Amino acid sequence: MEQKPAIFSARVGALFLLPALAFVALFLLFPFVWVIVLSFTNQTLTGATAANPEFVGLANYERLFDFDRWMRAGEFGSSLLITVQFVLGSALIGQAGLGLLIAWLFYRRRGWLRTVVTTLVVLAWIIPEVVVAFAWFAFLDRDAGTFNNILDAFGLGRPDWLFNYPLLSIMVFNTWRGTAFSMLLFQSALETIPPSYIETAEVAGASGWQKFRHILLPLLIGHIITDLILITLWTFNVFTPYLLTGGGPRNQTQLVSIYTYETAFQFFRFGQGAAIAVVIMFINLTLAMIYLAILRRQRAAT
Amino acid sequence: MAEVRLDNVTRQFGSVVAVNAINLTIADGEFVALLGPSGCGKTTTLRLIAGLEQADGGHMYIGDRDVTNLPPRDRDIAMVFQDYALYPHMTILDNIGYPLKVRGTPRAELTKRVTEVAERLQIGNLLQRRPGQLSGGQQQRASVARAVVYHAQVFLFDEPLSNLDAKLRVEARAFLKRLQHELDVTAVYVTHDQAEAMALADRIAVMNHGRIMQLGAPLEVYRRPQNLFVASFIGSPPMNLLPCRVDLGARRLVFAGGAALEMTGMMERLPASLRDGEMVTLGIRPEHITIRETAGASTLPVKVYVTEPLGGESLVITQMGDLLISIRLFQDEPPSLPDAVWLELNMTHTFLYGAEGELMR
Repeated sequence: MEQKPAIFSARVGALFLLPALAFVALFLLFPFVWVIVLSFTNQTLTGATAANPEFVGLANYERLFDFDRWMRAGEFGSSLLITVQFVLGSALIGQAGLGLLIAWLFYRRRGWLRTVVTTLVVLAWIIPEVVVAFAWFAFLDRDAGTFNNILDAFGLGRPDWLFNYPLLSIMVFNTWRGTAFSMLLFQSALETIPPSYIETAEVAGASGWQKFRHILLPLLIGHIITDLILITLWTFNVFTPYLLTGGGPRNQTQLVSIYTYETAFQFFRFGQGAAIAVVIMFINLTLAMIYLAILRRQRAAT
Repeated sequence: MAEVRLDNVTRQFGSVVAVNAINLTIADGEFVALLGPSGCGKTTTLRLIAGLEQADGGHMYIGDRDVTNLPPRDRDIAMVFQDYALYPHMTILDNIGYPLKVRGTPRAELTKRVTEVAERLQIGNLLQRRPGQLSGGQQQRASVARAVVYHAQVFLFDEPLSNLDAKLRVEARAFLKRLQHELDVTAVYVTHDQAEAMALADRIAVMNHGRIMQLGAPLEVYRRPQNLFVASFIGSPPMNLLPCRVDLGARRLVFAGGAALEMTGMMERLPASLRDGEMVTLGIRPEHITIRETAGASTLPVKVYVTEPLGGESLVITQMGDLLISIRLFQDEPPSLPDAVWLELNMTHTFLYGAEGELMR
């Protein structure tokens, strides 16, 4: 590497960095540490423990992993299971699967259909959250919703989607909402594959599926893993479904993010909420480590 | 093995006509090179034969099958690309065997056939490696092996040697020619390198602006360029092309600046339609000019511009008005010449091109 002459001395440079570092420390590092501290206390918003929180050791964590009750509706285990289903269904299968499918269908094609589909998918991604939630609420409404009006026109009845199929509803919603990222990532990854790779396979006699399975998929695998890391973490922490179902009915859509929110900011049990946040943090960290290990192994193999 | 026939094939990109109503018949077992500058339509022509481009007009036949609307996989062809297109995630064995794999060939037979072909192309010891671990020359052979392994009827080459360095290129060229003769397959080869086309092909199709300007054996194209484009494209350095005016009365060609040459030696080849005062272009290859230190009965006065030793031969580049005229001498050291010399042209080796660039008999 060529050494560029420094514009500032290291000391002046550090001085310029100071405000930013102070911000990071104040708004990122401090809350991070504070949450961990909080999770060992019985801090609440009101009552005796509001003013004088006590150190309760691992009591908050024991409460989370109380295996006699943790799979009941509204408890941590149940919430975790719902989140796992939600991540598998809407992120891995929904967003990544659909994104890959769209990117592949329009691979090496131009024209208005590609433009229209890409634009619509990206639009779903960039509209503000509250607007989107309201639109879907209206779309899925039992009596006046567009979707049921369409179904009814074909004689298919008027199911109450958010009441009878709440988890399915938010999975479809989240797929619709987030496919754009995966699609864009896979589209640009496909662009980097030399056309001659696919053309060689075409001339050699490969079918469409064989071209995908033998050539494109192995070349995309690194991008797919990267995509899965990101969307898994995002989906794990996503909160927007709360605007659609409020975590209900009967806690059927209580994702861990919603569980944390309700514990900490509706029942105002800060200590308990902090413990949940810490556990989620470790789950996220573990997931990221696993993906990164896979990615490293995959890179080493090629 | 099969004949390839293009019948009025056209391909347009927007308003640009890349391939303009081409007719071309390539005989069974023949090696034809498509030669021309960038953008002349040679690669598009090859891709049309491959089915990677769809013709906007005309028909294509391989053997007696009309393949105009067939996808590449049904055309029974093999293609070698400039970048080799070896799959980085597969071993060389899997790369070469890929066409067999998609045909459902059992693994044991696939390995056997790939090994045979690889041995023949002298890369048998590399089968377990990945493309990234091979040199350019080895990658090139692997990509040829992949084309050879499934016995296609027609081989298509898209500048397969362009990514090799000069020394390897000559080696690979000889090897490709040898292989094509041994396999006795029909081959179409796209290149912008005339030496490659001359060395490899049974016939060369020189292309420009989407049309075939001349089709013929390499020496035929070199010895008798049918038009100014081919004359200026084939040969290194290319043919000297000197605009001049016909003076039929004095039987002379008059150049800008007043210099003139007698037309003796070329009279019997002149077309009857040649009119007095007509503007034509005189073409002569650099090896058919002699340098004189004194004026002769029919010589051109020129200034020596530069001399270039090229190793086995040397070039003298002279100047007459705005024109540069090159002379090839088959001696390794350029002669020391005075500033002003006279050129004597061997008139039996000259060509006259008309105003439209066409060869006049």
